[in-house]
Amino acid sequence: MAHIPPRKPGKKALRYGVPVAVAGVAAVTVGLVPALADTGDPELPEVTAEELVAKMAESKTDQLTGTVKVDTDLGLPSIPGMAGGGGGEEHGGMFGGGGEQAEERGDTKGGPSESPGGAPRQKLMELASGEHTLRVAADGPEKQRVSIVEDTAEYSFIHNGKDLWTYDSASDSASHTELPEKAAKGGQHEKMPDLTPQKAAKKALAAVDDTTSVSVDGTAKVADRDAYQLVIKPKADAKSTVESVRIAVDAENGTPLKFTLMPRGGGEPAVDIGYTDVDFQQPDADQFDFQPPEGTDVTREKLGAKAPELEEKFQDKFKGEGKELRSGLDGLNVLGEGWDSVVEVELPKNALGGLVSGGRSDAPQIGKLLDGFTDEVKGDFGTGRVIESELVNALITEDGKVYAGAVTKDGLVDAAEEAAK
Amino acid sequence: MSRADTTSADDAREPVPGTAPPAEAGATTTQPEAGPAGQGGSLGRGLSLFRSELSITFRRWRTLALLAVLLGVPVVVGIAVKIETSDGGSVGGGGGGGEGPAFIAQITNNGLFLVFTALAVTLPFFLPMTVGVVAGDAVAGEAASGTLRYLLVAPAGRTRLLCVKYATTLVFCLAATLTVALSALVTGALLFPVGEVTLLSGTTVSFGEGLLRAFAIAVVVAASLVGLAALGLFISTLTNSGVTAMAATVGLLITVQILDTIPQLDVMHPALFPHYWLSFGDLLRDPVYWDQLVRNLGLQGVYAVVFGSAAWARLTSRDVTA
Repeated sequence: MAHIPPRKPGKKALRYGVPVAVAGVAAVTVGLVPALADTGDPELPEVTAEELVAKMAESKTDQLTGTVKVDTDLGLPSIPGMAGGGGGEEHGGMFGGGGEQAEERGDTKGGPSESPGGAPRQKLMELASGEHTLRVAADGPEKQRVSIVEDTAEYSFIHNGKDLWTYDSASDSASHTELPEKAAKGGQHEKMPDLTPQKAAKKALAAVDDTTSVSVDGTAKVADRDAYQLVIKPKADAKSTVESVRIAVDAENGTPLKFTLMPRGGGEPAVDIGYTDVDFQQPDADQFDFQPPEGTDVTREKLGAKAPELEEKFQDKFKGEGKELRSGLDGLNVLGEGWDSVVEVELPKNALGGLVSGGRSDAPQIGKLLDGFTDEVKGDFGTGRVIESELVNALITEDGKVYAGAVTKDGLVDAAEEAAK
Repeated sequence: MSRADTTSADDAREPVPGTAPPAEAGATTTQPEAGPAGQGGSLGRGLSLFRSELSITFRRWRTLALLAVLLGVPVVVGIAVKIETSDGGSVGGGGGGGEGPAFIAQITNNGLFLVFTALAVTLPFFLPMTVGVVAGDAVAGEAASGTLRYLLVAPAGRTRLLCVKYATTLVFCLAATLTVALSALVTGALLFPVGEVTLLSGTTVSFGEGLLRAFAIAVVVAASLVGLAALGLFISTLTNSGVTAMAATVGLLITVQILDTIPQLDVMHPALFPHYWLSFGDLLRDPVYWDQLVRNLGLQGVYAVVFGSAAWARLTSRDVTA
């Protein structure tokens, strides 16, 4: 057999060095480039917190196109009864998931209201956990669109005048809502998802009162723009589980670019919403035109008298700051002020299904399971169980009341005792 | 066996200039790398080697069988969707959101979507498997059938041979992808209505632009296989058995695909070559969402350079005994 040695033997190591070097360079580039780009916070003229808040409030940005990264880690277990008619396949959504709900879901699933194009609420629930990418575009108060970017699919909300469309490309279905005259002109409508840094910042500012400290903490670069960092903190004696809220405000036009909520327990941000890319030019007009493709399932709905119900549907999920929660929702009270506010909900009679007294029912293993992820507490309100998470805690009492809020367990018990008096 | 299973293999080799009958090894190894011809000559020689390599690869029964399988997949998917929706229902009972392969719900409204569905169906396994077979066989197959040394004693040069092998594999990537796409396009047009295309974002574009995007997607899908092709070529230089190289490449593909689905390993996911494969769907957004597409292409480029140069290091420094 012929034996053919290489023409230039003896440089084996050198040759293998090439792929190793290329791999090394690639790894270093991937690792270092973001780090290098991160350094050097922009130098900007000093501003006071008041000036910055005023700048943010005055901000008149209503034309923009951008990409928003939403990263939420509320670590929420499910709260029965709150899920309502939530259907099938949300992946550990805010109030989805969780074994004790299986039965309830089974009931609703078969129903005719599996709302193909709709289920926008379900989509929003999905946003409440994990990492998501949104693309937003806005052109004045009458035209906005928000698209949830998914693998090989997209879920879009398109608001144009009095039309509000949702289009789900995964199931090729759409829903159309005709908005009442006032809402159409009134800018950002309730039904549009609230998950832009602007909305989140507005809510955080609404919660500012004398239990809060507001300060400016340096500058940052967000989505390639210079920004001031505004830090909002509950004062030390507060029972809030929120450590701080950090808002990056565009130095030029005062638009909030990034919103970060740190839980008191430390670690990863519980909510992190920020533009990764933003452009304040007028977006393409045809982005706001939606014609349902032929053959697409379209659910139609006219909005009028049903407004409160819808408001309930699209209520903001950041309970701690959500002052709007005071309006709308039936059977829902907000106790306390500012950061310590707690929501009280009365559940339908059968919703609990022996959850609280589960330990004493004829299925002892359920009780054990419950003990695994809840704590039993006693007080003026009777016996209850506390479900704890990073940010939001909930107390469910025997008589079917749920207290929930971004407050510590003690704060929750105090609020419940206060309410029971 | 790879060489032997084509009866025309020897004829196809014939036009390669300088393919002398097997000479004594010692005589050729003293030849300078570039050969007596100048730069243009060596390029021309490379081209004719490439041409003969292409015709050998695409005349091989195995290649044709692989392409036939790829041709069949869209037809099967199209007929299945047609049957399921023939009673007026929609795929997956409607409102399924995310059930079944990507884009499948839109097929009934627009046959063009069969192209995207077919690519999404074949991309995780069928397509890369065929590429793994072709790439894995590229060098190891020659070694197994004893033809590698004939190629090397010709003044083709090892580097040039490797480049030609890689180029042929890339042509196969494109051919395989286009086979799926065209078969899906024809099937879709025959079974379903075609017309204006509603993009994922809900905006509507003309059928012409839809076709253009479909073509761009096919090219992106083919480019997604570039990294795997380099990996297969590298494995192919490690062994003298074509079957071993093919099995190793396909096995590695499956392993990496599994690793990519394990959430605990998400730190390493962005470095796995199939991780951004489905990003081709981003071309169907309006405006196009480039982020993942660019990452995919960049990652494929890194894989191509790393494993391409590793294959080069291996082939140019090893003794060829078969």
